[in-house]
Amino acid sequence: MSTPSLYAAREPIFPRRVTGAFRRFKWWIMFVTLGIYYLMPWIRWDRGPNLPDQAVLVDMAHRRFYFFWIEIWPHEFYFVAGLLIMAGLGLFLFTSALGRVWCGYACPQTVWTDLFLLVERWIEGDRNARLRLHKAKWDVRKWRLRLTKWAVWLVIAVATGGAWVFYFTDAPTLLRDLVQFQAHPVAYGTIAVLTATTFVFGGFMREQVCIYMCPWPRIQAAMMDHDTITVAYRDWRGEPRGKGNVRKRDRAAAEKAEREAQAAGPGKARYPATPYPNKALQVGGQPVATAQAQEHGDCIDCMACVNVCPMGIDIRNGQQMECITCGLCIDACDDVMARIGKPRGLIDYIALSDEAEERAGAAPKPIWRHVLRPRTILYTAVWLLIGLGLVYALFIRSDIELTVSPVRNPTYVVQSDGSIRNIYDVRLRNKLGEDRRFHLSLTTDKILRIELEGNAGRLNVVVPADSTVLQRVYVTARPQDPAASADTTDLRLWVEDIESGDRASRATTFNGRVQ
Amino acid sequence: MSERKIDDTTGVETTGHSWDGIEELNNPLPRWWLWTLYATIIWGIGYTIAYPAWPMISGATSGLLGYSTRAEVASNIAAHEAKNSELVAALEAADLTALDNAEGLRRYAIARGGSVFRAQCSQCHGAGAAGAKGYPNLLDDDWLWGGDMESIATTVAHGIRNETDADARYSQMPAFGDILEKAEIAAVVEHVVSLSSDDYDRALAASGSTVFADNCAACHGEGAEGDRAQGAPDLTDAIWLYGGDRDTLTTTVRDARFGVMPAWGQRLSDADVRAVSVYVHSLGGGE
Repeated sequence: MSTPSLYAAREPIFPRRVTGAFRRFKWWIMFVTLGIYYLMPWIRWDRGPNLPDQAVLVDMAHRRFYFFWIEIWPHEFYFVAGLLIMAGLGLFLFTSALGRVWCGYACPQTVWTDLFLLVERWIEGDRNARLRLHKAKWDVRKWRLRLTKWAVWLVIAVATGGAWVFYFTDAPTLLRDLVQFQAHPVAYGTIAVLTATTFVFGGFMREQVCIYMCPWPRIQAAMMDHDTITVAYRDWRGEPRGKGNVRKRDRAAAEKAEREAQAAGPGKARYPATPYPNKALQVGGQPVATAQAQEHGDCIDCMACVNVCPMGIDIRNGQQMECITCGLCIDACDDVMARIGKPRGLIDYIALSDEAEERAGAAPKPIWRHVLRPRTILYTAVWLLIGLGLVYALFIRSDIELTVSPVRNPTYVVQSDGSIRNIYDVRLRNKLGEDRRFHLSLTTDKILRIELEGNAGRLNVVVPADSTVLQRVYVTARPQDPAASADTTDLRLWVEDIESGDRASRATTFNGRVQ
Repeated sequence: MSERKIDDTTGVETTGHSWDGIEELNNPLPRWWLWTLYATIIWGIGYTIAYPAWPMISGATSGLLGYSTRAEVASNIAAHEAKNSELVAALEAADLTALDNAEGLRRYAIARGGSVFRAQCSQCHGAGAAGAKGYPNLLDDDWLWGGDMESIATTVAHGIRNETDADARYSQMPAFGDILEKAEIAAVVEHVVSLSSDDYDRALAASGSTVFADNCAACHGEGAEGDRAQGAPDLTDAIWLYGGDRDTLTTTVRDARFGVMPAWGQRLSDADVRAVSVYVHSLGGGE
């Protein structure tokens, strides 16, 4: 026996249009996230004459990150690290509480695929039309529709790649340079790469990215448990499924079997084959031969849930790796249930732990009791802790930033008159848009004198706008002063903004002469 | 062609391979994945042709693009120099004593001089410029040949007591072991100790002062305050190049010292000499 092919071509998926609460929610999220992505770089923010006026700007060349009123320098990268940790924990929290909501609603792959599907549906028609077009010969009409669709996709892809580069330099200037073909090759290269990935991933790879390229579907199983709210099919309500004609046939067969069973007497019953084996047909291992038991479930096997699925799966087969829990099958099924006069929620957001209770006829636990559990509370607590820590760190950030590093090679210098001098490298940062003049001084309980290198006896330092100055500071003890012969002397270096009067200080030590 | 075989439990097609009744399921990989693998292999081959890769008996294939990391470093350095060419030209033309008025140029000179210092000067003077026995500390306010910008620049450019530069600073202290008696040396050492210390033999030092006046004052001065024109150290201060204890002073007087420094003007560019001079001047002792 020969081995079957170990590789399979992608089965194209043609999701049908759907309306409903979750679809509306998805439209809103798409609108907001894409709006933020495309428009953010164009928001202006006045920071004064020497700083960029772009609200959100990652200035790699000058190692500055601007976010509205917040400005982050490289030495404050812990803010970015903290945000990344919060993003990770937030993902854990949402996954453990609500399953793959990130995948279903907010992931760029999902959002752009959704956008590309919208274009596809708009140009080529809904599911059936697209299926026909897919099978049709490549005639003029098919070429026209395909080329139109690809052209619109390409425009979106270029806009997507183009929006990215605007985050890294002044947007209006870059746009002008891009249009005049004067921008840096890196900008064009980045746009080209992101255009290609958007076009290919959103137009052609779609669910393949989620299933075969993304690690997240595999990781998140570790964060989900029986209380996680996921999209599931209430098979105890839906099964056995059947279309209308099948239902009639099965009902007739069941009634006939029951009549025969009653006529034949106990223990002689025969049963009709049902399309799907179901536990409800048995009680204590014994088949129940009543027309009641052979009654069909609510699922009319209309395939609406399968037809709308962007991943091309059948949710009725249970939870599966491919499912991104976008909720579109819920909308589709609810629509059908409304039309056949059954309650909504045959497919629904439910927790696996509800299954036993619902099967037993009890009401499921309220959502908040699924969501509030030690795991999610812990994630929330850690997330909040880091968030509050970052906010605190942001607000206690001093307007004056200085570091003092004592020169320890050598620890002290003997001057010709026997004085002992210590050297300190003081780094002063000015994050404001104008020059600042600082006055340096020191406080200590012994006698010490402060001087600044290259400053001719003055104790003022001018730090230009948006820059750092490294100032060498000398502290000297005369030979007869106690600090000259003491092992170490504590001192505090003060920096004062002469105009605003803001002060900041750092504690350090003075080394005396080794005896 | 064989018929498809479906596993009962999973509903998945099997490959038909069976070991002790255990069958292998076939969950086929997407075909684009296979093509991606082939594409990366072709890319890899192309890469090794375009860039240096395959080891040969001597050296390696050089690659069609002619790329080399060394050439890249050289071009990066050249680009850096080109970017700084204006600053370099300004540094070469600048009046070093007036650099304070050109804050940016001074900062550039200190940064450049610092890296020159760490590469060329730190072997003797130490990475922190604190010197060592026989190698002057450049952080203090004591200078043998002068501590203003011009004197430092001359010292750096021409060096001290070397044979290679005619303009090198030069002086030679006699070895007084051949000239003075041992007792006279002991007396003059005591006198020198007395100049900067309270702990000395008054009688001996007093006799040493005559020896000093006769033999040493010509260079070191009447008051032993030194003479920068000859590089004669100030003997009254707290700083000693070789040591201020009696044993070391005795050795110095008896055998003399002869510290040599190379002429860096012959080895470094004019900009580097100027930069390192500015750097040394900025370390704390500059006058």
